[in-house]
Amino acid sequence: MSLTAGDVKKIAHLARLNLVESDVTLYTEQLSTILNFVEHMNQEDTENIEPFFNPLDLGARLRPDMVTEHDQRAAFQAIAPQVEAGLYLVPQVIEGEE
Amino acid sequence: MFTKSIAELSQALQTKKISSHELTQMYLERIKQFDKKLNSFITVTEEHALQAAKKADVQLAIGNANILTGIPVAQKDIFCTQGVKTSCGSKMLDNFISPYDATVIKRFNAAGMVMLGKTNMDEFAMGSSNENSYYGPVKNPWNLEYVPGGSSGGSAAAVAANLAPAATGTDTGGSIRQPAAFCGISGIKPTYGRVSRYGMIAFASSLDQGGLFAKSAEDLALLLNVIAGFDENDSTSATIAAPYYATTLNNSLKGLRIGLPKEFFNEALDKDIANAIQAAVKVYEKLGATIHEISLPRTSLSIPAYYVIAPAECSSNLARFDGVRYGHRCDAPKDLEDLYKRSRSEGFGKEVTRRIMIGTYALSAGYFDAYYLKAQKIRRLVAQDFHEAFKSVDVILGPTTPSPAFKLGEKTSDPLSMYLSDIYTIAVNLAGLPGMSIPAGFTAGLPIGMQLIGNAFGEAKLLNIAHGYQKETDWHTKTPEGF
Repeated sequence: MSLTAGDVKKIAHLARLNLVESDVTLYTEQLSTILNFVEHMNQEDTENIEPFFNPLDLGARLRPDMVTEHDQRAAFQAIAPQVEAGLYLVPQVIEGEE
Repeated sequence: MFTKSIAELSQALQTKKISSHELTQMYLERIKQFDKKLNSFITVTEEHALQAAKKADVQLAIGNANILTGIPVAQKDIFCTQGVKTSCGSKMLDNFISPYDATVIKRFNAAGMVMLGKTNMDEFAMGSSNENSYYGPVKNPWNLEYVPGGSSGGSAAAVAANLAPAATGTDTGGSIRQPAAFCGISGIKPTYGRVSRYGMIAFASSLDQGGLFAKSAEDLALLLNVIAGFDENDSTSATIAAPYYATTLNNSLKGLRIGLPKEFFNEALDKDIANAIQAAVKVYEKLGATIHEISLPRTSLSIPAYYVIAPAECSSNLARFDGVRYGHRCDAPKDLEDLYKRSRSEGFGKEVTRRIMIGTYALSAGYFDAYYLKAQKIRRLVAQDFHEAFKSVDVILGPTTPSPAFKLGEKTSDPLSMYLSDIYTIAVNLAGLPGMSIPAGFTAGLPIGMQLIGNAFGEAKLLNIAHGYQKETDWHTKTPEGF
């Protein structure tokens, strides 16, 4: 499996990463090498094998639906890059009237 | 004092030969004196440590201490520590002061142990050499031109150089066992689910497992009881109770069935390492163990499967770093997408970026079945191979790594060659089994690690087997020159 520069740019966009042009070249080559190596998996026939998602092979543990956390908003927002009036600030998302 | 075992340090504290304050002071001095050479700590928490030591001394004075009260420990900088920078080796979290303690940290605190600081590591635990840290590489104390291994390289180097009597690590594909081998110390990666992952910054959640470094299996046994056990805050925490590991350390190894996987002993294995492992096998035979050749036929497939599963889970876990709630945020973002993209690209290093992209690709529409699902099916086969093997043996023994520590810079330009150095450790994580690495010799001045792999929740047996070897040999007592 060889990736093109276009593939790498698309993957970077999906992962919300910016790549400079020289990195696109480097990653195109390195990711292709890694994916080619990963294809060794196809040597093994896995027809009728169930996937193994968790080493304990257990389902999710349940607990009573009770409040277990107390409000720590102030502590969490103390380390946030930008907050105002208890809200996390991000650049404007919805187009408004200027 | 700094070459003493944890049991000996405990004895000295309990009999008031030394105070925890003095002991802590001594290690802090050693860090000041030697860590310029090694770079094994990202943050030294001197003030915290001395305060905790004073508290421990009070408990010791009033006779309210347990066996580990007052013993210093270094924490890998992947464990959240309240009020202390928790960077995970990344620029992304360079400004992150954790608002809470990981369960592992809480348990060390509850045991009265003293945190010396936070140790250096590969960024987000991705790496096998500790060269992927935002805070610079860690040096191997046995030879400063060599890597200490990774990702828990700072913890391993600090313990090897006696800058701390013990340290925590995490192991997703070998990140405790490989640095333990490269630095000539003992390390244990417990069974998946044995140690809580709560507050341990996630890399690949179905593989990550916290564990420990120390100078001997005996020390590890005492420490493991601090952190092993159920935690309701970790959704995959095992409910099985942890035994008291020190009780069974001295059990006889007569009749022990040791399996040697033939796939671990091929031409890729360094000759001196092969010889050291054979010599260790002789020690076990002398102790009454029987040796059996076994097969783990999917060993070579474990690396490709791992390098799909781990990046896939990493791409999902690291999606949380968005420049909004905590961590690095780019300057003057022009819109939300720019905020995400620049914050992430500026915050993550090359290896992390590589793995996020591999994982994003493997999980993207049209490729999921060919990569992620295929890898999870291989994973079941890898686990079944171990399951088969444990029908006829009690423990699996082999080398931890195919070669000793490599030179700084030797593998940085070729990620795949770095990945291949984890050939003997990765399958253990895929299967979720416990593994240890203990020192078994030297080659050209660099330590050799022997790996012991146990059945699920068989930590007590592993520690017993490792301790049996350490009673007969002195590799684990060696200290690098100049420290």
